[in-house]
Amino acid sequence: MSDNKRIFIKGNEAIARGALAAGLTCYFGYPITPQNDIPEFLSAELPAVGGEFVQAESEVASANMLLGAAAGGARAMTTSSSPGISLMQEAISYMAGSDLPAVIVNISRGGPGLGDIGSSQGDYFQSTRGGGHGDYRTMVLAPGTCQEGYDMMIQAFDMAFKYRNPVLVLGDAIVGQMKEPVTPWVPESISNYGVEDWCLSGAVGREKRLLKSLFLEEGALAGQNIHLQEKYTAMQAEARADVYACDDAELVVVAYGSIGRIVKSSVRKLRSEGHKVGLVRPLTLYPFPATVLEDLAKAGKRFLTIEHNCGQMVEDVRLSIRKYADSDFHGHMPGELPGSDDFVQPILARLGR
Amino acid sequence: MSAEQIAFKAPEIMIDRATHYCPGCHHGIAHRLVGEVLTEMGLVDDTLCVGSIGCSVFIYNYLNVDAVEAPHGRAPAVATGLKRSRKDKFVFTYQGDGDLASIGMAEIVHAANRGERISVVFVNNTVYGMTGGQMAPTTLIGQKTTTCPAGRCLDREGAPIRMSEIIGGLGGTAYCERASLDSVKNIRRAKKAIRKAFEVQQQGIGFGFVELLSGCPTNWRMDAVAANKRITEEMIPYFPLGVYKDVTAEGGCACTEHGTDSKEDK
Repeated sequence: MSDNKRIFIKGNEAIARGALAAGLTCYFGYPITPQNDIPEFLSAELPAVGGEFVQAESEVASANMLLGAAAGGARAMTTSSSPGISLMQEAISYMAGSDLPAVIVNISRGGPGLGDIGSSQGDYFQSTRGGGHGDYRTMVLAPGTCQEGYDMMIQAFDMAFKYRNPVLVLGDAIVGQMKEPVTPWVPESISNYGVEDWCLSGAVGREKRLLKSLFLEEGALAGQNIHLQEKYTAMQAEARADVYACDDAELVVVAYGSIGRIVKSSVRKLRSEGHKVGLVRPLTLYPFPATVLEDLAKAGKRFLTIEHNCGQMVEDVRLSIRKYADSDFHGHMPGELPGSDDFVQPILARLGR
Repeated sequence: MSAEQIAFKAPEIMIDRATHYCPGCHHGIAHRLVGEVLTEMGLVDDTLCVGSIGCSVFIYNYLNVDAVEAPHGRAPAVATGLKRSRKDKFVFTYQGDGDLASIGMAEIVHAANRGERISVVFVNNTVYGMTGGQMAPTTLIGQKTTTCPAGRCLDREGAPIRMSEIIGGLGGTAYCERASLDSVKNIRRAKKAIRKAFEVQQQGIGFGFVELLSGCPTNWRMDAVAANKRITEEMIPYFPLGVYKDVTAEGGCACTEHGTDSKEDK
């Protein structure tokens, strides 16, 4: 698996292989469509390299197993899809409150409720606003290709340990189920950022350690929240975006993940016809690449946000450019699979305004 | 000058501090028994404790071991992840009856059924203590609480759940015993039960479970002596003491009957 030959695999498998390359040692999950390829792949491949695979009794349990393995200092993860991710929010809040590193993959599907098993970006708010109770954030990475699915798993583990914080990889049914060539790679070195200095390993020759999110003493919870906010401020330096053909663009389209990649095809087509349109595709959704968008707004660009939902990321786009511009919105309804032609007319309509 | 002799000393693992538990509460005794067993088994340096939600969330203030706090009812899942990531360590949870037998029913049943190499100390006092005495899944028929002020009614609220009977019936359980903290004799027996539930983890043969019938005088609205009497006269007849499963007595391992791919082989 460590050779660098291109392989033709599903996005779900790319994510599973990327996790192994990132040094995954413990996996916990529960079956749900459209992410089942990940636990199926890892149930064989992870024990083969000495790791632990557990099919939990529920997503509630798998997320709490993740919490336990994180407390033990392991490079651990869980994967699920939208309804299952909702069930995990309790443990994600506890992990954020206890400064525990973990990776959670959401191969999202249509909602609300049981929704459907087709693709959707309806979980943007849940992903970028914390998702559970309390003032916390998780870092959110948004792959748009199978290769990015692989690469972002390596990045996700690195970020989780760097910041001692849960990191979400937000894919969708399109990214999970499509097949593409992927070039596997293994990082030259993996840093655990001093995990042995805080994880539970038995109090031998040192003070006991306590990992918790309960802070009852006067001022203690305020202190913990100040610490968390400082962490999220530091995280802002990790914001990334794919900026395409924006230099001379009159209109900048903002789209992420699978939709960002489909919109790129639309933009390419319109460029070949002479239309001055560009694309900003956020690669991190939290932290959001606000500065990139603000600079483009300052330069006088107009904006159109396209999402596979009823309008969620558009709020972050508007917040980013609020001093200089506004953004229009085009939503593709969850339950309908979009193609690049679906976005040409909405873009042309804004260009010709 | 009379020669003083210290005849009763807490093991070093116990942190010397004022208790936050109410007078007559049995958590202190249960903590102490856990501390003594860990010390006698030589596990102090290797122990990882998973705390739960309820009065006993503060167990980490009394035992000088590494610990993590689990969400309400999830301690067996957290312990599963912790043990899988630290297989050479001793991992135990300490949970009350609201935590384990109500909100955490799925997690405890499946951790036991998988035969996780963890040990669980289950403190059953038939009431939610920390939140102020509400009805628990183990509240006895007729027992008055703040959410069943007329007494628990079989027809309306169902029968109190007997956990040891459930856990003892699961494939991955290696040891399961119900003991009581109402008398010196029973406390001595409880300590042996805790030791057995801990030993099966160290032997790598399966899941260890010990239930301790305990008093909560504050929420039972009675004094400590009356609370002990209640355990003897009302709780033990409904929650019979005894060993519900012991694979060591059967000369087996909790998991071998399920196939050759036991965790020890991996």
